[in-house]
Parts: sequence; C-alpha cells; structure tokens
Amino acid sequence: MASVIARGTGLAHQAARAPGVADSPLARRILIGVSVLFLGAMLIAPLLTVFGYALYQGIDRYLAGILEPAAWSAIQLTLLTAAICVPLNTVFGVAAAWAITKFEFRGKSLLISLIDLPFSVSPVIAGLVFVILFGAQGFLGPWLRANDVQIIFAVPGIVLATLFVTFPFVARELIPLMQAQGTGNEEASVSLGAGGFRTFWRVTLPNIKWGLLYGVILCNARAMGEFGAVSVVSGHIRHQTNTMPLHVEILYNEYQFVAAFAVASLLALLALVTLAVKTAIESAVARSARLAAH
Amino acid sequence: MSAISLQRPFAAARGRSWRQHSALPGFGLTIGFALTYMGLLIVVPLAGLVIYSGGQTPLEFWRAATDERVLVSYWVSFSTSLAAAMINAVFGTIVAWCLVRYDFPGRRLLDAMVDLPFALPTAVSGIALTTLFASSGLLGQWLEPLGIQVAFTRLGIVVALTLISMPFVVRTLQPAIEELDLALEEASASMGADRWTTLRKVVMPMLLPALVTGFTLAFARALGEFGSVIFIAGNIPFQTEIAPLLIVIKLEQFDYLGATAIATTMMVASLALLVVINLLQAWHRRRTGLGQ
Amino acid sequence: MKRGLRCGLLGALCASLLAGCGGSDDGENSISLLNVSYDPTRELYQDLNPRFAEAWYRETGQNLSFRMSHGGSGSQARAVIDGLEADVVTLALSFDVDAIHQRAGLLPADWQQRLPDNSAPYTSTIVFLVRTGNPLNIRDWDDLVRPGVQVITPNPKTSGGARWNYLAAWGYALLNAPDDLDEEGRQAYARDFTARLYANVPILDRAARAATNTFVQRRIGDVFLSWENEAMLAINELGPGQVEIVVPSVSILAEPTVAVVDAIVDRRGTRAVAEAYLNFLYTEEGQELAARHYFRPRNAEVLGRFRDQFPPLNLFTVDEMFGGFGEAQRVHFDDGGEFDRFFERSR
Repeated sequence: MASVIARGTGLAHQAARAPGVADSPLARRILIGVSVLFLGAMLIAPLLTVFGYALYQGIDRYLAGILEPAAWSAIQLTLLTAAICVPLNTVFGVAAAWAITKFEFRGKSLLISLIDLPFSVSPVIAGLVFVILFGAQGFLGPWLRANDVQIIFAVPGIVLATLFVTFPFVARELIPLMQAQGTGNEEASVSLGAGGFRTFWRVTLPNIKWGLLYGVILCNARAMGEFGAVSVVSGHIRHQTNTMPLHVEILYNEYQFVAAFAVASLLALLALVTLAVKTAIESAVARSARLAAH
Repeated sequence: MSAISLQRPFAAARGRSWRQHSALPGFGLTIGFALTYMGLLIVVPLAGLVIYSGGQTPLEFWRAATDERVLVSYWVSFSTSLAAAMINAVFGTIVAWCLVRYDFPGRRLLDAMVDLPFALPTAVSGIALTTLFASSGLLGQWLEPLGIQVAFTRLGIVVALTLISMPFVVRTLQPAIEELDLALEEASASMGADRWTTLRKVVMPMLLPALVTGFTLAFARALGEFGSVIFIAGNIPFQTEIAPLLIVIKLEQFDYLGATAIATTMMVASLALLVVINLLQAWHRRRTGLGQ
Repeated sequence: MKRGLRCGLLGALCASLLAGCGGSDDGENSISLLNVSYDPTRELYQDLNPRFAEAWYRETGQNLSFRMSHGGSGSQARAVIDGLEADVVTLALSFDVDAIHQRAGLLPADWQQRLPDNSAPYTSTIVFLVRTGNPLNIRDWDDLVRPGVQVITPNPKTSGGARWNYLAAWGYALLNAPDDLDEEGRQAYARDFTARLYANVPILDRAARAATNTFVQRRIGDVFLSWENEAMLAINELGPGQVEIVVPSVSILAEPTVAVVDAIVDRRGTRAVAEAYLNFLYTEEGQELAARHYFRPRNAEVLGRFRDQFPPLNLFTVDEMFGGFGEAQRVHFDDGGEFDRFFERSR
C-alpha cells in the first residue's frame, strides 16, 4: 500500500545504506555536483533572473507594476479562467480515471493515448483548432455571428483553449495511481451494500486524495500560465482579454521591463507556491505511508 | 503481490464483449461523461482541423506539408527535441539517482525544484533564459569568450527544450530507482562485481523501461513547444525556425490551409508518438510488475 | 474551509466580471470603440483616445470608452478576419487592411480612397539605430552590407513594419545601381544588395517591438533598422546615452493606414463615432499628438513646428518604386518570393 501511493506521487526517499550497494564517496560527490550544477543553471538561475529584474529598481516600482489597472484585470481574468477550467478538468479526470482503472474494456489504450494528446499537441495548434471551429471564417462562425455569440477573442475562447491544454493533468495523475490500487477495496465496499458514490467517496477518494490534489495544482499552474494557445484566441484587448502571461509580453513590448518582470514574478511565485504545496503533499503522503507501515 | 497481477489474468479470461463484467457500478456514467467531454473538447476540434485541412486537394496538402522550408523546420524541431531529450536522459538520470540514493544538504529543495518547468509559464522561462544566455547575460558572458553562443542558435533551442522537458525523465526515473531491489545489487556485489559493473549490468537494465518512457515523454513535449523557444531562437528560416513557429507565420500570412497542413502533420506525429509511449509504458509496467 | 475559500473567490470573480461587463456596453449614453492597431501606436492612442472621448462627449453628451488591441500588424488583421470585432483598424500597412477586404469582405475595396492622403493620417520612415558613438561608423545603407556588421530587423513575413525596412533597402539599391544597367540588371543589383544585408541579420524576430528589445535591451547587433517613431521612442523610453539615430541619405515613406470596418460599425451602430474618430486624426490636435509621438504629421504647419524633430531626407514611396504594396507583397513577401529565396541561397 505504502509503495503504491509513493509511486503515484513520486517520492519515498530512502537512501540506500546497505553494504555493497553504496557508491564511492568520490562518485557521489561528482554526481551530486553535476546534479546541482545542471539544476542550478537550468532552473534556479532563470528563476533568480526573473526576481532580480523585477526588483532591481526597488520595491515601489515593483508594486506599481503589479497594482496597475491593466495588470489587475489580467490577474482577474487569469483567476477566472483557472476557476472555470480546474474544476471541470478535475471532474473529467476523476470520471475518466474511474472508468479506465476500475473496468476492462476494449479501446482503453487508445483512450489513454487520446487523453495524453493535448500534452504533445503544440499549444499553437490548440489555439488554432478553436479559431477554425468558432472563428468568423470557421465552421460555426456565420451561425455564431448571426446569433451574436462571441467565442473567439472573448472569455469563452480563452477558457476553451485553456481547458484544452490543461485537459490531461488530473486524469494523468490519477490513472496510474488508481490502476496500481486495483479494484479490491471498492469491490468489497460494493459487496457490503454501499452504492457507487458512497464507495467512491468513502473508499476511493481517501486513497487518491493526494494524487488528486497534486493533479489539481499542476492543472491550476498550467491554466494560469498558458501562453501559446491563449495568445492565438485572445485578441489582446486591454482590460478585457489579456491574461497574465499575455500581459507580460505586452509590458515587455512597451519597454516596461520592471513591470513585465514584476507580473512574471507573480507567475513565478505561483509556480513556487505550487511546488511548495506539492512538497507538502509529498511529506503528508510519506507520513501516512509510515503510519500505514506500522 | 500487487492487485494488478491478480486481476489481469482473471480479467483477460473473460468473454468477448466490448467490456468485461465488473462488480463495480458507475461505468456508464463515468465513461459516458469522460467520452462526451473529451469528444467535445478534444476530438471534435482536432477533427475540425483535419477536415479543414482537407479543404485542399491531396496534392496541395502534400506540397504545403512538405515544402522544403517546412521540411527543414520539422528537422529543426525534431533534432533539437531529440538532443534535449538525450541531454535529459543523461543528466536526468544522474539527478534522479542523486535525489533518491543520496542525502545531501539541499536535496529536498532540489527535488521540489524539478517540477518547476511544469509550473512556470513557458513565456516566463523563455524571457528568463534569453536574458540569462544573451552575451550580456549572467551565463552568456562566461560562454561567449569560450566561443559558445547559446542565444539565437539551435543550441539555444536545445537549452529551452531541455528546461521544459526536464521533469519528465527525472519524475519517471525516480519511482523506478526507489523500487530497485537492493538485494539484487547486494547479490551482485557479493559475487565480486565492482560497483560500475553492478550499475551497468544490474541496475541499468532494470531502469531502462522507465528511462525510455521518460525520454519519449520529454521528446514529445519538446516537439510541440512554442512559448519559450521563440524568445531564445533566432527564428531564421532554414536555421532556427521550428515547425510550430512556421504555423504561426503561415497564419499571419493568412495562409490557413498551409497552417493546417503543417498542424495536421505534426498532430499525426504526436499521436503516433503517444501510441508508442503507451506501448512503452505497458512494457514498463510489465517489467516492473515482474520485478516485484 | 478550503472549499469555502474557493467558492468565495469564484463568486467574487464572477461578480466583478459581471459588474465589469454591465458598465461598459451600449447603454443609452455610453458607447465603446474597439481600435485594433499594431505595436508602435500604443503610446499614441493611449494619449489620443481620452482627448477624442472628451471632444465626443462635449459634442454629443455620449460617454465614449475605448478598448485597444495591439500586436503584429499581420496577426491583428488575421484576428479581425477571424472575427475580432474591430470598429476601426489602424494598421502598419495598406496590405493588411486589403486582406480584411479580400478575405472577410468587412470593408469595401475602395477603403483607401475614403480618407485623405491614402488613409494614412501620419507617416514615418526607416532610420538606423546604432550604439552610442557609432563605433562602426555606420552612415548609410552601404555600411549595412559590410561583412561583420550585425543588422537587427524583424521578419518581414510576420512584421508589417519590417516590410518597410526591406523595401527601403531594396529601393535604395535600385536608386544607387550603376547607371549602365538595364531594368533587369538593376533589379539583380538590388536583389544582391538586399540579400547581402539579410545575410548580416542574426535574428529575425516576429514583431517590431520584439526586435527593438533584442537590440536595445539585450544588446545584440550593431545596427537596428527601425521606424523613425520607434527609434525616437526607444531613445526616450530607455534613456539616452545607449543608442543614437543615424539618418540615411534616402529612405522610404512608410504610410500606416487607418480604416473604419463597415460591417462591424453598422452592426454595432458605431459608424458615426468611428468616422469622427478617424477624422480626428487629421485635425490639428490629432496631427500634433501624432507628431508628439514621433509620427510625421501630414499637416505642413504642424510638421513645421516639429522641424527639429524630423530632419528632412529624400523619401520614395512604395507606389513609385514597387508599383503599390500589393505588387510588392506578391513579388517579395509571398511564399516563394524574393525574400524566401535569400534563405534558400544563403543556406
């Protein structure tokens, strides 16, 4: 049981200290050094760059960049988009994971592949498909126009593009986890007379809650940070259809570097909070794993 | 003994209907919702793309999708993604190994940071990397005198792609390393194999499925990347122009059919890659299932 | 507790969004205009819009609010074609407005004749931006093709502004071709010259502003081909002492065009205000604002007042040199055109 949860969320560290399986101290140092340098150059240095540029003209300029009205409306739009996309994709992820992992049916691996598809489809294509469907020159464009419905270049288009790119996160996190857990517990619960929802709520959910939360926060981070897809469908109307990442680009293009990096730093901060929550989840899982082991 | 290995042969013995019988409820509801939602959000729009690109004759489609400049951009995307995935395969393995096997100051911090590329918007990482590696940048100023130019070259694309696809290799390998059976390594050592031999002959083969899966995931992710690359690539035709950028360029020239032809080609490639990934993962599961 | 927080947040957001929507549109006494423009006009319209809104309010008692959208000229035109509801477009070149006519039929073919001066209320030209002190001694177009000089200019296939850069270089070469060449020889001379110039370009950014950032902020390259207004703005915004302007002997007259999008204004009932808005650009006040934001005004009197700012130089037009923008587009920038062939050869 313990190892199952651990596999799902990728943790449970136990440094191997048994004799004969330890690497030489020199090799350890070299490998650790390489790791630290690699991650330092690729992850930490870019992050420091963002905060460095955001703050180098002082905290006042930084705050001014964030509190400016256009930035504020971009923040609102980003929060709204995430608030719509994350719950929808969470419900989908749970439903899909339940169907896929608790039942055997044909076409399952095709279904899993399709769920993964938005991961590897270029975000540009994700935006493009909605332009083709709902744009004025697209399939539904004339009908939408006749009925005065605006999808592209308005909030619905942004939400759709974001839904598309954040679609797999929760399902992807849950499927391997629930697959590893099997169906034994649920079958026992059902045979004792519990209904489907009750079984899910009482038996499955407690087992997957950390994996679920992990998927949700990754989904949220991507929903707030998506650039390519949203850029294609946004129309870039100030105060109206600019999300935070688009606003970063605009500020950057307006020579307002401090403000650009200030808003970017909010997004980076969001990323760090995401990582902190994720780490907290992992220690919670590790704790419950230890408890379960006793 | 995990639940899977118990259930599989049992399930496989069942009849030939579309779905095998199960004691659990909720299949209709969940699969119905999942398929409808996915159909509306993913399949219909992507099908729309394919149908739209079918608005040209096959010859026109072929020409648009295989124009020389387009072919070169596929190659740029493909080769840089491959390079990034290989860099990640090497360094990602080292990182994953260190994070699992060693305890050192800052380990937990580094471990947490590995997911950063998932959480950091690609536009932000693009701007940050470019600033960092430009000749006046923090790292660029050290590399420039050595004759290494990163920003605005293919190397820059590789750097950006390495960053955004890094978590895939590390996160696929970590659990695999955790689950390695130490007894095998001990046995190998006690039979006189030195550490390097043990790693090569015992550990690596067991990690291979996870490594291949992580590699392919990283590769697939890198192929489609746009946001971070356009900042750091020079975007010069035939040199540093990636396929997704060419889609945008075609769009901005009002060439919708050309754009959808490239997009469709890339999408088919993605789908093929995903099928490969899933086959690999099935193999991976079987391998690790046997390992338990 | 967590769920409570989330619901609360969601509720607050919806409420604020609704409030935002409710206030802005189509009340009796309020009206809104969406101006879809290209990158370098941000500062101009930021300044100009409130002044026109004030004038409009004085005249009609209507509250006018503006919505602005900026981006690369071509992608902005594409957005309008795909359904972005622009009341007016103020784009970098007539070709992009033509595309809106051809592909979506949102305005008539003769749109450019509806306003004075080819529907271009202000103009600009292409100048060079170099590092302070001009270390490589860049004086004219010939210096840009010297080996080892790095030139920064965006991709003419995606950036409307960059097409003017390209045409300026080509036009200069045509004017300076050896006298004994026939027409074909002159074109070949210009082709060779422009190809050598683009061989000196290390980065083709997608849009004009991105290229400015490459040159000024990231300090890549020796010369930046820039619209005059962008060059002046960059010096102003980024502080003097980093870069300076070099005015070449001859350059192109860049005519960014404006138009009312008929189909949209008729549906939204905003034709009167949209037309008044564009006419405002031609008034003395509008011209002076344009000049203050470094666009060359059409009005000779206003231009006279800003004489120090706009050094005189020989300007040729696209019509004279290339037979119109549509023709230039076909020959040079369409797929397989002259520009594409540079890279096939230089590879």
